[in-house]
Amino acid sequence: MDYFIKLLLSGTAKGSIYALIALGYTMVYGIVKLINFAHGEVYMIGGFTALIVGGFLSTLGMSIPVVLLFSILASIIYSSAFGFTIERLAYRPLRNKSRLSALISAIGISMILQNFIMLAQTEKYLPFPSYLPDLPFLQPVREYINSTQFIILITTSFIMIILTIIIKFTRIGKAMRATSQDKQMAQLVGVNINQVISVTFVIGSSLAAIGGVLICSYMGQINYYIGFVAGIKAFVAAVLGGIGSIPGAVLGSFILGWTESLGTGFISSDYEDAYAFIILILILILKPDGILGKNQKQKV
Amino acid sequence: MALMELKNVCTFYGNIQALRNISLTVEEGEIVTLIGANGAGKTTTLMSICGITTIRSGEILLDGVDISKKNPHQIVSMGLSQVPEGRRIFPQLTVLENLDMGAFLRKDTDLIKKDFEEVFDIFPRLAERRNQPGGTLSGGEQQMLAISRALMARPRILLMDEPSLGLAPLFVHNIFEVIKRINIERKTTIFLVEQNANMALKIANKGYVLQNGVIKMAETAEKLLANEEVRKAYLGL
Repeated sequence: MDYFIKLLLSGTAKGSIYALIALGYTMVYGIVKLINFAHGEVYMIGGFTALIVGGFLSTLGMSIPVVLLFSILASIIYSSAFGFTIERLAYRPLRNKSRLSALISAIGISMILQNFIMLAQTEKYLPFPSYLPDLPFLQPVREYINSTQFIILITTSFIMIILTIIIKFTRIGKAMRATSQDKQMAQLVGVNINQVISVTFVIGSSLAAIGGVLICSYMGQINYYIGFVAGIKAFVAAVLGGIGSIPGAVLGSFILGWTESLGTGFISSDYEDAYAFIILILILILKPDGILGKNQKQKV
Repeated sequence: MALMELKNVCTFYGNIQALRNISLTVEEGEIVTLIGANGAGKTTTLMSICGITTIRSGEILLDGVDISKKNPHQIVSMGLSQVPEGRRIFPQLTVLENLDMGAFLRKDTDLIKKDFEEVFDIFPRLAERRNQPGGTLSGGEQQMLAISRALMARPRILLMDEPSLGLAPLFVHNIFEVIKRINIERKTTIFLVEQNANMALKIANKGYVLQNGVIKMAETAEKLLANEEVRKAYLGL
């Protein structure tokens, strides 16, 4: 039973990271109906930015919390700038073309960014310093959950609450929901959809950047290729929950995190990456719209 | 100066010309109707005015300013709203949120509150269903919501695309009365596109007949109602 709880908690931590990335996929898909395959790379770039900025600030002798704060901020800004620019350069010119063109463009951007980071940084795995502090009050429950996992859980819950507030109650949030439901009608009530799309990319990229910093601290290493695997898994999570649905992406991510964690714990860790695809295949057979996918009937 | 004027507007879909030199004038305070058969180009005309479909040549003037190169949201901010064909309610937004979206570009919070009350006064049914998602309303209720959403923008000119389509006969009558009421009480200019030519001409000041992308006739509504050709082709008499 202890073992089970332990696995469940580590699965939850993993799932919440997937959720940070999956939200970017699902929000972009909801609005422009495009799978942004470069999203994983934005997350990887977030991690690298934190590594570089954090390393620089550490050599200046700043304290750990300051380093952490500024490196997260820097990676949010840098990744958002990437997300914003990718949309402008690679997707906007293709918006009224066939959806396949934008998809190919997305894959292209993903490859360009991976190779760019490989050439600009290194192709080796780099150690990622643990910026996340050790929390003394977790001492009694240490064997179930460590500080890093705890911080990941708290941070992601906090971010999801903020995201929900933005989407439910703010003006831009309403515009985003309206645009995802009927783009043309949103324009007819005065929504500037270019602005909405840019904001969506910026929010999605910021979430991915935070996810990048957190997971690199958790794993303790970084490499130009991490965006690909994480991106694919978050994509599976988004599809699992029903692509385009925000609660769906979160739910799908947790299910994926738990499956991986329990699967490695009880079956075999050799198949860690395979579990994601097993559930993807199952969900595509049993409920192609995803768990919370839009299959709502509408009266005419 | 006319409130809205189209001058020699041509619109293409690829190589197919949908509108050929459309010219029409809407004066402030009028109800003007555009009638025509399916595929005549009525919806294209409205979408061209709103900036959704870009026109190839010609001018669209609102208060004498050419809006044909502007973005849809800029055109809305100049006081032009549309009730599109098929109602186009945001299905997952509640009735209140749908209405809120109608007032998207407005900043005058107090007046918006008053306008909420006003549309609930015109359509009490919407008040009852205010927290229900738009997609769960009946067709007639959705039409009320679509009209109300457009009114929430406080437009100076309201474009309506077949507001009577697919509604029960009793309700059709109701909708036309509301259109008349909006025109009189709010002094909103209305440009009404209809297949129900009989009802439309009865409340309109002026009518245009569109056929295969060409304006065939432009007359006062009474004259069109009396016109033999119009009676045969569009009124089924």
